[in-house]
Amino acid sequence: MSSLAVGKADSAAGTTPSIIQNRPPLRRRIALIPTVTLFLGAIYCLLPVAWVVIAATKSGSELFSTFTFLPGTGFADNFSDLSAYRDGVYWQWMGNSALYAGLGALLSTCVSAFSGYALAIYRFRGREAIFNVLLAGVLMPPVILAIPQYLLLAKADLTDSYLSVLLPQILSPYGVYLSRIYAAAAVPTDVVEAGRMDGASEWRIFTRVALPMMVPGMVTVFLFQFVAIWNNFLLPYIMLSDDERFPITLGLYTLLEQGANTPALYTLVITGAFLAVLPLVALFLVVQRFWSLDLLSGAVKS
Amino acid sequence: MPITNRRRLFFRSAAVCVSAALGATALAACGSEDDSEAESGPVSLTYWTWTPGMDKVVDLWNKGQGEKDQITVTVKKQASGDTLVTKILTAHKAGKAPDLVQAEYQALPTLVSNDAVADIAGEVGDAKSKFADGVWQQTTLGTDAVYAVPQDIGPMMFYYREDLFKQYGLTVPTTWEQFAETARALKKKAPDKDLTTFSASDSGLFAGLAQQAGAKWWTTSGDKWKVGINDAASQKVAKFWGDLVKEGAIDNQPMYTPAWNKALNTGKQIAWVSAVWAPGTLTTAAPDTKGKWAMAPLPQWSQSQNVSGSWGGSSTAVTTDSEHKAAAAKFAAWLNTDDAALQALAKESGIYPAATNAQTSGAFATPPDYFSNQSDFYTKAAEIAKTTAPSAWGPNVNVAYTTFKDAFGKAAKDKSDFVAALTTMQDDTVADLEKQGFEVSE
Repeated sequence: MSSLAVGKADSAAGTTPSIIQNRPPLRRRIALIPTVTLFLGAIYCLLPVAWVVIAATKSGSELFSTFTFLPGTGFADNFSDLSAYRDGVYWQWMGNSALYAGLGALLSTCVSAFSGYALAIYRFRGREAIFNVLLAGVLMPPVILAIPQYLLLAKADLTDSYLSVLLPQILSPYGVYLSRIYAAAAVPTDVVEAGRMDGASEWRIFTRVALPMMVPGMVTVFLFQFVAIWNNFLLPYIMLSDDERFPITLGLYTLLEQGANTPALYTLVITGAFLAVLPLVALFLVVQRFWSLDLLSGAVKS
Repeated sequence: MPITNRRRLFFRSAAVCVSAALGATALAACGSEDDSEAESGPVSLTYWTWTPGMDKVVDLWNKGQGEKDQITVTVKKQASGDTLVTKILTAHKAGKAPDLVQAEYQALPTLVSNDAVADIAGEVGDAKSKFADGVWQQTTLGTDAVYAVPQDIGPMMFYYREDLFKQYGLTVPTTWEQFAETARALKKKAPDKDLTTFSASDSGLFAGLAQQAGAKWWTTSGDKWKVGINDAASQKVAKFWGDLVKEGAIDNQPMYTPAWNKALNTGKQIAWVSAVWAPGTLTTAAPDTKGKWAMAPLPQWSQSQNVSGSWGGSSTAVTTDSEHKAAAAKFAAWLNTDDAALQALAKESGIYPAATNAQTSGAFATPPDYFSNQSDFYTKAAEIAKTTAPSAWGPNVNVAYTTFKDAFGKAAKDKSDFVAALTTMQDDTVADLEKQGFEVSE
């Protein structure tokens, strides 16, 4: 290392600053393997997305006959066909998905913040028991709860409504778990004590002191829930029968499964899937900076 | 799926019921009590269907006959397939199934054994004369009850590239033996081409071929089910296709994949054993070969025979949860027998009607666009539809179909013994029936 640095330094007239300046190329060479690994990983993840993007531009006759990664000419047609399908029901599905995922994730984040904070800050009997039950809930795949939840909501006459999809997704064990961990790390007990000494109410301490400290964690919970609800299939599938209330996942499925004697509407499904990814991409781009803040505050804390 | 456990318990009690029903005895004891009291006041019904354009057909009812009878039907469009059966059964468990459901013929025994669909013999019995016996029998399951009204059918046919058959000097096979010879002859003349492929992902196709050969996969004797998946007829079919795959005379890749679409579109595969709905599939799968295909009856097992199988098709059933069974049955009968309704179904939904007289009228007077070169397409199709062999479905077709995909998928890939795969399918189906609490005879 030093010989290399010196060698280069010689050619650059040997001043100290030039040695420091010469370090970066060295570091870059060491980072080659991780870079290649990450690059391969990115290709692995992005290739299917690229396929969807390109396939969305192909017309029905081009879809299976032209080269896979050759863009087609049909995107505008696909888009207008999709918008025209059953009087624009696709956009209704998109709106439904936005409602389920947006409102659902927001409510879920609120519930998670309250309960996570309570579990982290207050000491009360049964706290660990509750937390252990939650942990068990984290391990339980939500899929297997869909049918029992359907039977429960059927008793309350709530099936086939917006509420039937929203309600079960508001309580997220994983969200509460994450909130508790985050609140325990981000909100020092001293700060809460100081607030109490100053005579602030518990509610005021939570909203004015603790919550701002918890924001990065809550953003994470929101994103997780948003993506989970946006991609959820089984729960709405079981709950809903009216296709005006379908989220995008379910709607596209009905386009695909039209019965044996009707060809699947591949071009519409692919275009629809492509458009359905866009809001998620946009959301991640917007919220990305909160996430780096999250990492930063974590590092400072430790 | 968690439902399996619950269904199993449920089946045990339903088992006795369906066995009795299928044993051709009266069905009065099976809980689908006749609510024949006259409907009064406006009735509104919900209908789960996957048929595209069904809302427009139902509008005809709501503005015509339905308005007169004060029966309004609302369509709730669903995705087709086995998952819909699960969804119907889940809803039925909560007592919330819709009034009307679309059900594939092979799903009816499952729905009946779960007591999810009602006997509507009293309301729709008169419709029997509108359908071929083999079609109607699928909705009665061989009993005096009627569990659904047939909607569409999928009689099987042989599709081939007319131009390429001429180019390679091939004649259209009328027996399966000739079919095999044709496949070999093509291999000799153009080694890179295949007559067709054996698709291990399409259970319905194999079931249809076995049905043509005379197989009876599910039958009842007394209170017991008998599973005949590895009966002589099915073994003959399995061996036939297995040998063709083994010697490399045909391809072994699944259908309905981009690769398959491409093979059809570029003429790498020059024939397809399919059903009456094939024109729709070919339109998207092989757009460049429009007008180059022709349709012929399915090859036969012996020169003197004239039988076809069926692949696909569905019916309209009334659920036991419905509070207006008579009204729902009235609509189901109208939808599938009324001339105007059938014309609309053909036009809006592109279905091939089960009702015999609709098969040659109206929309079916001219050939499908893709087959404009074959002017008698639908006349021929109607003749073939009449020759459809009766089918015999049981309460766990989904299990048999799943094991078909696994066992035959492996056999097709390894080019190994298809008859052994058939035995696996038989064993798994019997084991599942027993696990569900049905009595199975050897």
